[in-house]
Amino acid sequence: MSLDQRPSQPAEWPIHPSRGIGAPFGFVGRFMRGGFSGWTVASAVIACVVMMPLLALLVLGLGGSGDLWPHLMAYVLPEAIGTTLLLLVGVGLMVTTIGTLTAWLVTAYDFAGRRWLEWALLLPLAMPTYIIAYSYLDLLHPIGPLQSGLRHLLGLSSPRDLLLPDIRSLGGCVLLFGFVLYPYVYIATRAMFHMQVASLVEVAHTLGAGRLGVFFRVALPLARPAIAVGASLALMEAVNDVGASEFLGVRTITLSIYTTWINRSNLGGAAQIALLMLLVIMVLVGVERYARRHQRYVGNARQGRRLSRQNLSPLAGFMAFAACAMPVVAGFVLPVAYLVVEAVTRLRLFGLSDDIISQTLHSVGVAALATVIALVLGLVLTFTVRQNSNPLTRLLQRLASFGYAVPGTVLALGLLSPLAGLDHGLDALSLALLGHGSGLFLFASGGALVTAYVVRFLTMSVGGLETGFQRIPPSLDQAGRTLGANPLGLLWRVHLPLIRPAVLSAGLLVFVDCMKELPATLLLRPLNFETLATHVYGEASRGTYEDGSIAALAIVLFGLVPVMLIAGFGKNSQTMPQSAAKTDRTETGS
Amino acid sequence: MPFALSRVRTVLRCSAHGFLRVAMFVFAMGFMPIQGLQAGAQELNLYTVREPGLIKPLIAAFTGKTGIKVNTVFMNDGLAERVEAEGVRSPADLMMTVDIAKLLEIVDKGLAQPVRSAALEAAIPAQLRDPEGRWFALSLRARLIYAAKTRVDAKAMTYEDLADPKWKGRICIRSGQHPYNTALIAAYIAHHGEAAAEVWLRGIKANLARKATGGDREVARDIMGELCDVGVGNSYYVGLMRSGAGGPDQEKWGQAIRVLLPAFSNGHTHVNASGVVLAKYAPNPAQAIRFMEFLVSDEGQKIIAEANFEYPVKAGAPMSPFIAELGELKPDHLSLAEIAKNRKAASLLAERIGFDQ
Repeated sequence: MSLDQRPSQPAEWPIHPSRGIGAPFGFVGRFMRGGFSGWTVASAVIACVVMMPLLALLVLGLGGSGDLWPHLMAYVLPEAIGTTLLLLVGVGLMVTTIGTLTAWLVTAYDFAGRRWLEWALLLPLAMPTYIIAYSYLDLLHPIGPLQSGLRHLLGLSSPRDLLLPDIRSLGGCVLLFGFVLYPYVYIATRAMFHMQVASLVEVAHTLGAGRLGVFFRVALPLARPAIAVGASLALMEAVNDVGASEFLGVRTITLSIYTTWINRSNLGGAAQIALLMLLVIMVLVGVERYARRHQRYVGNARQGRRLSRQNLSPLAGFMAFAACAMPVVAGFVLPVAYLVVEAVTRLRLFGLSDDIISQTLHSVGVAALATVIALVLGLVLTFTVRQNSNPLTRLLQRLASFGYAVPGTVLALGLLSPLAGLDHGLDALSLALLGHGSGLFLFASGGALVTAYVVRFLTMSVGGLETGFQRIPPSLDQAGRTLGANPLGLLWRVHLPLIRPAVLSAGLLVFVDCMKELPATLLLRPLNFETLATHVYGEASRGTYEDGSIAALAIVLFGLVPVMLIAGFGKNSQTMPQSAAKTDRTETGS
Repeated sequence: MPFALSRVRTVLRCSAHGFLRVAMFVFAMGFMPIQGLQAGAQELNLYTVREPGLIKPLIAAFTGKTGIKVNTVFMNDGLAERVEAEGVRSPADLMMTVDIAKLLEIVDKGLAQPVRSAALEAAIPAQLRDPEGRWFALSLRARLIYAAKTRVDAKAMTYEDLADPKWKGRICIRSGQHPYNTALIAAYIAHHGEAAAEVWLRGIKANLARKATGGDREVARDIMGELCDVGVGNSYYVGLMRSGAGGPDQEKWGQAIRVLLPAFSNGHTHVNASGVVLAKYAPNPAQAIRFMEFLVSDEGQKIIAEANFEYPVKAGAPMSPFIAELGELKPDHLSLAEIAKNRKAASLLAERIGFDQ
């Protein structure tokens, strides 16, 4: 496995003559190298659908914003930009450090508790940020259990004698986000370490590099694309969060979108801020990609071997255990323990509400449906690139991933008019053809909600599947083609069996995020359709926390099942490149 | 775990069928409300920003009495935008919301339909409804001062007092951009003008013990935790905390504060309203108006007052004991619509002086 300095797609990639109608020369030819196919058209359709809310935002933004910008520039942006940057830098450092370090420890070393921690490190993924913020304020408040206990131990009577820093601060926000968002980096880097590093690490050891040297000079540079993918997901979630950061008093630029919209009814201005933020995010992601444009990790036949883990001394083993256990405790065990205590209190006082069952069914139902659709669309997008990688198909794939880069409410707002437009069209059509209108079908059926989930989380599906495809050597495709398989057959009989672990872990990521999603769920769901997340929100905003804690626990529990499955599938995927590599060797005869 | 996992994985392997079943299930669920919306059915559709915890008892009583089913969707920001996008085919009959500015926004967007009803007009005082019948207030909440029982002696305070330097480092309040505070600042502008409001708000900002954030209940909690001595919060939270409806912890927070019914220097307290609007394209207007009338009947007002500890709009309707014990409320004589006009200026002012920073 090597860090290859190749300028573009492997040159051996065949261009099938029957597929191409692209111009052979010039810019257009380069843009659409390999030509047009049904797959490209399908990708274009998906990208267009996903871009609908963006266009709606553009229309809103073009409507004007009055005297907004001078005010923003003078009084809001200087502070908000600073806060947002500090939040991003802080969360970025935390998720990268925790995610990469723990992934490396559980991959490269063996120590007591490692097998258990390897999957436990995923658990905070199931914890919504708004729930962790509520939980920690309760735990750490001057009258909460921690400070009360400390005062009791120290014999202090007044909370003023023991003034600890308030969690409602930028620092507190960074810590909480860091502890629940690092799994995005952990998942990506762990997979990278598993598949790539064995021989390089051995070479480094042979050349006399120590443990730190191997980590900093071999593992870390190798993991950079994975870190970039994981950290960008974590950072987008952090910057687009509203519930938790507002609760913690962190005024990011995202909050000024809300203020502009809600308090001053300036939807056009709000759309302009949102679009500007999206542009900044796109540029940052683009710069990062450009900076490593020459680094390519080519699946290679002879190096699918796994790293053998080094045993650690008891002391080093304990330190590794502590380093891996800490984020699990902070991001999962403590808040869940808090929720359990609250839920038990509530159950004792008021019993269990019947609604929790229908809420759970609703949550799981829409999340599962959205997951399946996101996977199918993701597969179309990534397979199109695999079939025919040219700037056009890659652009379509990128465009289809924008939904995660805007705040959930803004996305939902952007979806309102396109979806309603579609609904009115359907209604008119039904009236013309069947004699009676269909009403607002998408809104009434939950279709609007599922669409929002798919648009928002498609990037996770695309990202996961892209990684899966990268692990399959191109020679397999050539072999499949030689043996007469058409693209669909190739996908069905060769690729899908090989990328199944990637499909499942991408699907589970989407599922967990759908379960946690709140703002779009609130705005776009049908009548009489409560989900676990909307129930938690309803109780929290009314201040009856105990009521919400049972549903919050249910979100975490149902998010947990997929997380455990990801852990299981992660193990499967480790063996996958080997079998792929073996096949590759046979086929190419090298 | 490995055993259980392998079982689950086996199940997932046949997941094509599983997914199909889930898909069918979701679509079946989705169709139910459509079937429910057939014309002529005895039902109505309610879009609400009021939480299900409050709405449920109201609906149960109404349906029990009339047999009319009420379908609800609870949302927050974006209710008006959704109804606007849904347009002529919107299933919404009624929109219930809090904060006068939101009510007026729905009206301004042209989403309301005027209602003429003797029952509504008799129950709701004229200044608490639109002269043209496009919005009706259902309940009031007052913006109060919470003071530490053990550390503050003052028995009465004005809003103006909050800027007094003697409270330096002792005040807690939620975000200056929260609609409740925006309305209070807007009312201050209406009474004293924008320049005076700026001096006042800067004074409060200088007195803050912590960042302006969290909710009103956190103010009580922080007073109990001795982070601050004086704070600003809504009346109904006092009832929610002290009644134990929010659990035993909140009951303690509620007991830690002394509640002052503050006033502007003219002697009147700032109130805000929750209200209801009949949607322009309401498919079931007759049922919807019956529900509106129920909401201001003695029974409806009693439930609103008891379930959410708000002040009823109907004269003589009973109050929750937790609210009655706060003393007699003398609402600001400025009309709510007048206050709402200053909302944008209030929001800009809070940003200009960096109230939340």
